[in-house]
Amino acid sequence: MGTEKAKSDLLPGTLDMLVLKVLMRGHLHGYAIAQLIRQLSDDLLQVEEGSLYPALQRLELNGWIEGEWGLSANNRRARFYKLTADGRKHLAQESARYRKVTGAVARIMGFA
Amino acid sequence: MQDSTRWRRVRRRLRYWRSRSERNRLLWEEMEFHIDSMTEELVAQGMAEREARAAAYRRFGNMTQTSEDARSTWIARWISDLVQDLRQSFRGMRRDAGFTVFTVLIAGLGIGASSTVFSVVNAMLLRPLPFRDPGRLVFISNGDQNTAIQTEHYSDLREMNRSFSDLAAWSGFYFPGDKELTGAGEPERLTSVPVTGNLFSVLGVQPAIGRSFTAQECQGKYSAPPAMLLSYGFWQRRFASDPRVVGRTLTLNNRPVTMVGVLPASFDFASVFAPGIPVDVFVPWPLNDPNKPSGNTLKVVGRLKPGATVQGAEAELTVLAKHLEQQHPERNPIGPRLMPLAERVSGRVVPPLFVLACAVGVVMLIVCANLSNLQLARLSGRQKEIAMRAALGAGRSRLLRQMLTESVALSSCGAVLGLVLAVVGTRELAHLQAFNLPLLESIRIDGKALLFTLLTAVGSGVLFGIAPAWRVSTLSFSEELQDASRGSSGGRRHAWVRNSLVVSELAFACILLVGAGLLIRSFLRVLEVNPGFQPERAAALRIDPSFRTSGFAQQNSFIDNVLHRARSAPGILAAGITDMLPLRDDRSWAVPAAGKVYEKGHAPEAYIRVVSDGYFEAAGIPLRQGRDFTERDRATSDKVVVVNETMARTLWPGEDPLGKMIRTDGGRRVIGVVADVRHTALEAAGGLEAYLPMRQTGDYAAMQLVARTALPPDTLARELRTALRPVDPNLPVREFQSFQDLVDKAVSPRRFLVMLLTGFAAFALILASLGIYAVISFSVSQRVQEIGIRMALGASAIDLQSGIVLRTLGLAAAGLGLGMAAARALSSVVGSMLFGVTTGDPVTFIAIGTLLTVVAAVAGYIPAWRASRIDPMIALRSN
Repeated sequence: MGTEKAKSDLLPGTLDMLVLKVLMRGHLHGYAIAQLIRQLSDDLLQVEEGSLYPALQRLELNGWIEGEWGLSANNRRARFYKLTADGRKHLAQESARYRKVTGAVARIMGFA
Repeated sequence: MQDSTRWRRVRRRLRYWRSRSERNRLLWEEMEFHIDSMTEELVAQGMAEREARAAAYRRFGNMTQTSEDARSTWIARWISDLVQDLRQSFRGMRRDAGFTVFTVLIAGLGIGASSTVFSVVNAMLLRPLPFRDPGRLVFISNGDQNTAIQTEHYSDLREMNRSFSDLAAWSGFYFPGDKELTGAGEPERLTSVPVTGNLFSVLGVQPAIGRSFTAQECQGKYSAPPAMLLSYGFWQRRFASDPRVVGRTLTLNNRPVTMVGVLPASFDFASVFAPGIPVDVFVPWPLNDPNKPSGNTLKVVGRLKPGATVQGAEAELTVLAKHLEQQHPERNPIGPRLMPLAERVSGRVVPPLFVLACAVGVVMLIVCANLSNLQLARLSGRQKEIAMRAALGAGRSRLLRQMLTESVALSSCGAVLGLVLAVVGTRELAHLQAFNLPLLESIRIDGKALLFTLLTAVGSGVLFGIAPAWRVSTLSFSEELQDASRGSSGGRRHAWVRNSLVVSELAFACILLVGAGLLIRSFLRVLEVNPGFQPERAAALRIDPSFRTSGFAQQNSFIDNVLHRARSAPGILAAGITDMLPLRDDRSWAVPAAGKVYEKGHAPEAYIRVVSDGYFEAAGIPLRQGRDFTERDRATSDKVVVVNETMARTLWPGEDPLGKMIRTDGGRRVIGVVADVRHTALEAAGGLEAYLPMRQTGDYAAMQLVARTALPPDTLARELRTALRPVDPNLPVREFQSFQDLVDKAVSPRRFLVMLLTGFAAFALILASLGIYAVISFSVSQRVQEIGIRMALGASAIDLQSGIVLRTLGLAAAGLGLGMAAARALSSVVGSMLFGVTTGDPVTFIAIGTLLTVVAAVAGYIPAWRASRIDPMIALRSN
């Protein structure tokens, strides 16, 4: 039984990585995660809700994030996610891997 | 490290799975919060609340899909599908309660029968014998499969052979109740088996308590064994499982015998070697006692050395036997015949078990055909539902899987019922003590039988679900949805599937019925056999005197006394004494006629019975010639013998046997000829018999008082007990055997087979008739409109009925034709079990054909009759 893999993404695992990275900023609910990813990418990356929630379930199952219920800014019940120690480790591995892959791609494409 | 994270994930998955409905609700709440937030943002950008919400929902996409995707991370998809299908199935089962009950009942009966038969096969053939390394145990007989080996030959073979690590033996010369237990508690007759001291170690059986026999104990006297081992059953019954009895002394036949040990419960000598005759104790067989029974007395088993084969060992023993015969011309001839012990024990039950296994397999096929047909019929009522599901996006493979899940769920419910039936069935079988079948007591549902039941459930579920499932996946959906009428074309297009299922059901039922019919006819023929005696109203009571008779005078006065008192008891028509009961005990001697020369070892052999006057009358054996024994045939008078017709014919063909002499037992003169009695089995002719007068010999092992009575057996026992009390107050009178019981026991294996097979055949017949009925009434219900029109146009009820009945008979004819041909081809399977009928017995075939035709006609007539009562106006208006 391997870790659950994302189904379709830019590169496999990218959405997971982005979610983990955004969660470095603290406890966030699903909507905020989607918003942040959009804002930080200057509206370039639109997270589809259809893949966000499966991704969150997957990350939680793998023990990389933990969800808990809290109150949102306008006092509504929302589920906040936070990064776990395992998640931090996984993020470090993933970003290193991603850097390598994008670097390689960039070299092939002649960007670098 | 890697493992621990994996393990944590598995645990988390399980936790999520347990709280799945709660988690699902929370997931929806989370997604709704998301949509609310999006809506708020859009409103903030100036959109109207309603539009904003709609836009948010649009952006979010299919929430159900998302939630399912999200969920599928913690529940493997196929599990959730399975659960869904199962839920659907159970919902369907509740809706169609009648169908469900019927299906579960039929599947349950079928699976119950299969598991029971499997347990029987498992106990008798598959499970190894309850000994250590039973594969290397070999049974050694002499010349044919039943003849025993002389003690001297046994000892020499044991010394000289190199193929076996050891040989051991027990005496075939023991009879039920031949030891009398007196002293402690109520006197009782025990069955004891004399065994060589090493029998238990050769078989690999350790006494549960105490020890086996010592070499010294095996050197004693046959008439006074110094030690004995108790069977577990006897120890439980007589001593309430008290372990302190080991070492104590009991009185057997007025001699003290020490109980040295108790054998384990797993060692059931009787059920392996002598089914139907429970053994109480084991005593040592004194190899060197000159006064032990002589002749071919020992049944021998050997344990092959590693690497030795049965063939090799037989070759070696044959050479040794030749050598022994030359060296010892005074001994009996010997020709060792070897057979793996397992084959010896259960070999004779292989053919009937094979028949039973085939029969139950055929029953299962009929069950599956029947259920398949039912499912198909039910499907036509559910076409709309299925088409709807397909239109809503259920894929074909998904529908196929759902149908299969449904049928497997049904058959599994049936299996639960079947298992209950099988547990009850095996328990009943294991307690059938009247049946002398080997290892019967060890029949039970074990792990293997459970596994078999599970496989049968799944297998039959798939088998009966495959046709409906296939049908579902090939439905033309748009057509079904458009087609508003009931008599949809799909139903008719697939009528041939249902028809062929019914035809095959009938054919299978026909095969079973013919098989059962042949065996029933054989059974009746066997019951018709004249056993040579009249079992009705005759019974035997063991009456050996508890004191030792020290001479002919004492013995004969005991006999006189017993007979006198028994004959004067009320209700007794005739009484006599014998040492052997027909169909149970036997021993044989060579009986050369005086004045004739026989090749060595080729003198005719006769069964020897030692009887008193009055025995022939009491047992109902007719006297053909000469005279019966009288009280005057005593030790001092002329030595005489009565022979049976076969013996008279064999020894003195074409001559008058009266007055002729035989050389046996010091020479005896023939004074009478009686009718033949069947000894070994009702199916086999008896062979030669010689009756010696009891007052002229002491060479017998038992005294059975046989009485012919006008009283019911219970009363007879009481009367005889009262009558005999003055003769010997210690007389144990527990063992009371009616002659009818002897006959019943002799035919019990056959009755066992006939009973089961008849049950299966009856079940098959019911299923097949239900199958016909279902198909015909279904086709009638589909043709209601057509029938309405016909009737409106003037067709008479008779026309309609005969049309439908003819169609039924058409199906029946096809099934019968196939079934009869197959039955004729397969009937040789039961050939070896038939008696008095041939495999092509026309009576059976015609009777079964008629039976099936009548049943089919009735099954078809009921829907036909209902069809003819259809009101044409209602039928035409209904659509």
